[in-house]
Amino acid sequence: MQDLLKGEWNNKMPIPKIPIGNIIEAGIEWLTKNFAGLTRAISQFTASIIDAFIDILMFFPPWIIIIVTTFIAWYITKKIKIAFLTILGLLLIWNLDLWDATIITLSLVLFSTVIAVIIGIPIGIFAALNNRARGIIMPILDFMQTMPAFVYLIPAIPFFGLGVVSATFATVIFAIPPAIRLTALGIRQVAPELIEASDAFGSTRMQKLIKVQLPLSYQTIMAGVNQTIMLSLSMVVIAAMIGAKGLGGEVWKAIQRFRPGMGFEAGLGVVIIAIILDRITQGVRSRRT
Amino acid sequence: MVKIKVENLVKIFGDNYKKAKEMFDKGIPKEEILKKTGHTVGVGGVSFKVYEGETLVVMGLSGSGKSTLLRLINRLIEPTSGRIYVDGDDITGMSQKSLLNLRRKKFGMVFQKFAIFPHRTVIQNVEYGLEIQGILPEQRRKKSEEALELVGLKEWGDKYPKHLSGGMQQRVGLARALAIDPDILLMDEAFSALDPLIRREMQDELIDIQSRMKKTIIFITHDLDEAIKLGDRIILMKDGVVVQEGTSEEILTNPSDEYVEKFIEHVDMSKVLTAQAIMKSAETVGFLKDGPRTILRKIQEAGISSIFVVDNQHKIQGIVEAEDAASIIKKGEKDIKSIISRNIKTISPEMPLNDLLPMMVDTKYPVAVVNDEKRLLGVIVRGSIIAGLAKRGVE
Ligand SMILES: Nc1ncnc2c1ncn2[C@@H]1O[C@H](COP(=O)(O)OP(=O)(O)O)[C@@H](O)[C@H]1O
Ligand SMILES: [Mg+2]
Repeated sequence: MQDLLKGEWNNKMPIPKIPIGNIIEAGIEWLTKNFAGLTRAISQFTASIIDAFIDILMFFPPWIIIIVTTFIAWYITKKIKIAFLTILGLLLIWNLDLWDATIITLSLVLFSTVIAVIIGIPIGIFAALNNRARGIIMPILDFMQTMPAFVYLIPAIPFFGLGVVSATFATVIFAIPPAIRLTALGIRQVAPELIEASDAFGSTRMQKLIKVQLPLSYQTIMAGVNQTIMLSLSMVVIAAMIGAKGLGGEVWKAIQRFRPGMGFEAGLGVVIIAIILDRITQGVRSRRT
Repeated sequence: MVKIKVENLVKIFGDNYKKAKEMFDKGIPKEEILKKTGHTVGVGGVSFKVYEGETLVVMGLSGSGKSTLLRLINRLIEPTSGRIYVDGDDITGMSQKSLLNLRRKKFGMVFQKFAIFPHRTVIQNVEYGLEIQGILPEQRRKKSEEALELVGLKEWGDKYPKHLSGGMQQRVGLARALAIDPDILLMDEAFSALDPLIRREMQDELIDIQSRMKKTIIFITHDLDEAIKLGDRIILMKDGVVVQEGTSEEILTNPSDEYVEKFIEHVDMSKVLTAQAIMKSAETVGFLKDGPRTILRKIQEAGISSIFVVDNQHKIQGIVEAEDAASIIKKGEKDIKSIISRNIKTISPEMPLNDLLPMMVDTKYPVAVVNDEKRLLGVIVRGSIIAGLAKRGVE
């Protein structure tokens, strides 16, 4: 027991190791070699969009962003309590000198979420409507969700290098499953008699999707979007390890310099952003009946 | 004119129905097919016609294949074999595109669970079919408002369905089907989920709407009273096949087997039996040319006390009593015209027993059942009513 905890264990199987890791590495190497041009183009394009995003948000003074966000929070949730929470939380972030880091984190989260939703919802629709596709997609999602988050960071680096693009890539991969899963679930939950009514009046598949299935699964899909945002946020923080800046970067710095107070402050910033994003998306979700 | 013709329609549920179909074609019973292959025979070879403007009721216990049959007709369920003709066109081989068009224009469907879209307002629900067809907004709004008015929900257009009672929701369902002005209404237990009072109200309303619109309606129900009330003709289904087809009266008077009899056991006979069903055929009648002796002879042979007299076209003239015949024989008269009493009651064969009963109370003569041309069809005496009721109701 003692030996095991010291890491001095060596229980090798007499059969040679199956080279799963090697195969994956060879595959990634092959991809990077042959698609270097493509990955570089994607990388530059993504980086410039995220930069533009950050620049725009940075262009406004904090108080304008705070007022606008508070108004949005109030307008969507119609709850004074949440507006109050938003304004106090953001003021605290500003006060703690975490504003720039927060804007970067927010930009990464929003950008990743948009990408995850744009890719995830159509895949979810496809999975909902096609039994065979669902049979393939769902196990992959299970796999993706049980794989530890930062494993995604490793293959991102050879493709996109250290930095914000790799972070986004890993974040999208990590955050996309609930968008797919809950879209599929929502569509499949629509009462069969409503689908039948839609068919009985001669709807095409597209009409049925747009006029019946999507509106009726709106709440469930939005629950998925909410989860995707939350996962993005947690991943963006982890992605600081590969050079994404923002609140995660602050936490990372605090760990390296062993400054628990600084780490706590940055962590508090993450919590505030998480709560605000959560409440706003919950509000969007329940706005429609 | 035949609106819909269904020929030997079969539906076997399941992905791998080939083997089941082979067994079915060999005449193996459906229980055995289910046991051996796991496939359900939902509809097992059904043929019938629906005429334009009539209401055909399909009746049967739960699981007898009614819903499946209805959905085969607009191909919401693909038939395993058989043919369906709508206005003479075979729709079983129709392309998906023509099929959509057919559903959009010809079929309006009303569902047991209403199937109203909860995310749309009442008027948006009614508009659905027109919207699918690509009708312009103002035009479809106008048509939908008309349909809503027809079902008495004009003021409710902007409400969401959750604010409506069950009965009102089903009115929306009916309006949604009527808005596209379909030739054919398919109604699957449309009123079964409503409580009895509302249900009767909706039935009356449907009858009223139908008298104005003259749609061809296929109405599914498991309730005989509803079937009798709404149906011009009734098809009785059991285990996926038709066990009897006919007017309500034909089915009630001649139940084809025990299953049908079970069904009709609980019906209030006085509501559904008509004069025709209980009248005795007028085998013994007097003719104008008959002399009093012939008349008296006929009366005595039949063991009755009076006899209806008809002319040579069998048109009713009146009634002669045995006593009067006897008295003019004594006087030596040869002509019965003087003793024919014109004071008789004549009724049509469609008169329900309900209305007939009070008439029987205040008349001493039997009642004559005559057709539109006053030809004598049959006779009803008090005893025949009792006998009629006893024969159907008490068994
Ligand atoms: N989609 C389906 N898959 C398998 N079996 C079905 C399906 N739909 C109906 N059935 C079966 O077909 C039979 C007839 O059902 P249905 O037409 O719904 O009867 P009804 O409407 O008269 O109650 C039942 O035995 C039912 O279980
Ligand atoms: Mg049914």
